[in-house]
Amino acid sequence: MTPADVLRKTPLYEDHLSLKAKMVSFGGWSMPVQYTSILDEYGQCRKATALFDICHMGEFIVEGDLALSSLQKIFTANLDNLAVHRSRYGLMLNSKGGVIDDLIIFRLAEQKYFLVVNAANIEKDFLHIQQMIGAKVRCENISDRTGKLDLQGPLARDVLAKLCPGIVKLKYFQSDTFSLLGESCLVSRTGYTGELGYEIFYPWSKTKILWQKILENDKVKPAGLGARDILRIEMAYSLYGHEINEDISPLEAGLDAFVNFEKDFIGRDVLLKQKEKGQMRRMVYFISADRRSPRQGNRLFSLDKKDIGEVTSGTFSPALQKGIGIGRVLADTDAALDAVFFGSDQNFASGQICQKPFYHHGTLKK
Amino acid sequence: MGNEEEYLFTKEHEWVYFDDTVAVVGIAEYAQSALGDVTYVELPEIGEDVEQFEQFAAVESVKAASDIFAPVSGKILEVNKKLDANPELINKSCYDKGWIAKIQPSDLAEKGNLMSAEEYQKFLEGLEN
Repeated sequence: MTPADVLRKTPLYEDHLSLKAKMVSFGGWSMPVQYTSILDEYGQCRKATALFDICHMGEFIVEGDLALSSLQKIFTANLDNLAVHRSRYGLMLNSKGGVIDDLIIFRLAEQKYFLVVNAANIEKDFLHIQQMIGAKVRCENISDRTGKLDLQGPLARDVLAKLCPGIVKLKYFQSDTFSLLGESCLVSRTGYTGELGYEIFYPWSKTKILWQKILENDKVKPAGLGARDILRIEMAYSLYGHEINEDISPLEAGLDAFVNFEKDFIGRDVLLKQKEKGQMRRMVYFISADRRSPRQGNRLFSLDKKDIGEVTSGTFSPALQKGIGIGRVLADTDAALDAVFFGSDQNFASGQICQKPFYHHGTLKK
Repeated sequence: MGNEEEYLFTKEHEWVYFDDTVAVVGIAEYAQSALGDVTYVELPEIGEDVEQFEQFAAVESVKAASDIFAPVSGKILEVNKKLDANPELINKSCYDKGWIAKIQPSDLAEKGNLMSAEEYQKFLEGLEN
């Protein structure tokens, strides 16, 4: 763990302290895990609107005549047919097919792209991109001057439209530049919660003003990383360091939908071999028999008590009122596996295998 | 339940209140606050024998799982079944409605191993410094 005195601080650090947030270390940053109650903040996002400080995440601009063809090489999803003002989720792979990072790429103009990457991966992602895209394409790391607020929940559109009426036109995974409190900024209709919501990329030094202005609306409350984790696990969204890392391929992580084999990209040949010969591991999703929650690192066992893998993410699901878990198991595990034990070989509980996601009532496309 | 000043405490932040000859047991404010929203309580079995400072129950919150240690040795007489459906009682009322179990104590001399409310308060102040 990084010592507290070298943890980086977002522009909202003082605001979090005055809101009495519990701060934790996350990806090298001091971040709020909760303000009042993780379950209350979860409920705020599912039922009304929650505001998250996501300033720690990284942003790059990739620009130049060869921007598209360069990014195609390092990104698993196809960007060829991505229209300006649209964005796409995908993976960046190493030559062994392992995931360097998952990211969203926004097309801002014909040959200008905006990349959003995980906080803990900013430096390595930037190095990788610089090495791979060639000298003619400009890649700039603008993380230090780009703040990010996520406004998420069924009322998010009404709340944000009061400050910026233009955003109502945005469809899911669409973005545009707007004037918000006098600052020009990128607003994208995306999120990590399963609810209708927006990600606002705002000048770092002004983000505090926007944060405070949005919180003046009584339909909005701040929410921390604790609530965000439950929201994303209920949607079965991957989190870097949990479901994906440099030794896991997107096929093993169940992210086939974000890999396009019709084009060339780094890692493609390894993935093709995995498709042909079979991969090493696969993901499972399961619901605890009761309120007991699986935890990352718990072992997974088949009902005959064979160790078959591990839990990559687990939590209590307020929507299901049961524990839920995501796990990685050996690919040769019985395809008809319909129940697991999770825990240790001494202390374990049972779970029922299910399909993802766990939560089906989200408003993200409303 | 009773007068909180008469509660006794462990270093692991469990409390015990001697209601006549029965020891009522729960977790202290410090523990519930550190755990955050409690989502599951693993209760002991009625009739089970427990040993002082040995694990006899467990609490899970949205953040962590935590073992609960018996403040006194004895036999489990009763468990708080309400916690099965409403584990949040531990957050809302850790010293009263969120009690975990009632124990028939086997050795009252064990009280000497516990802290009074006043001693526990000083112990907490020491933790903060």
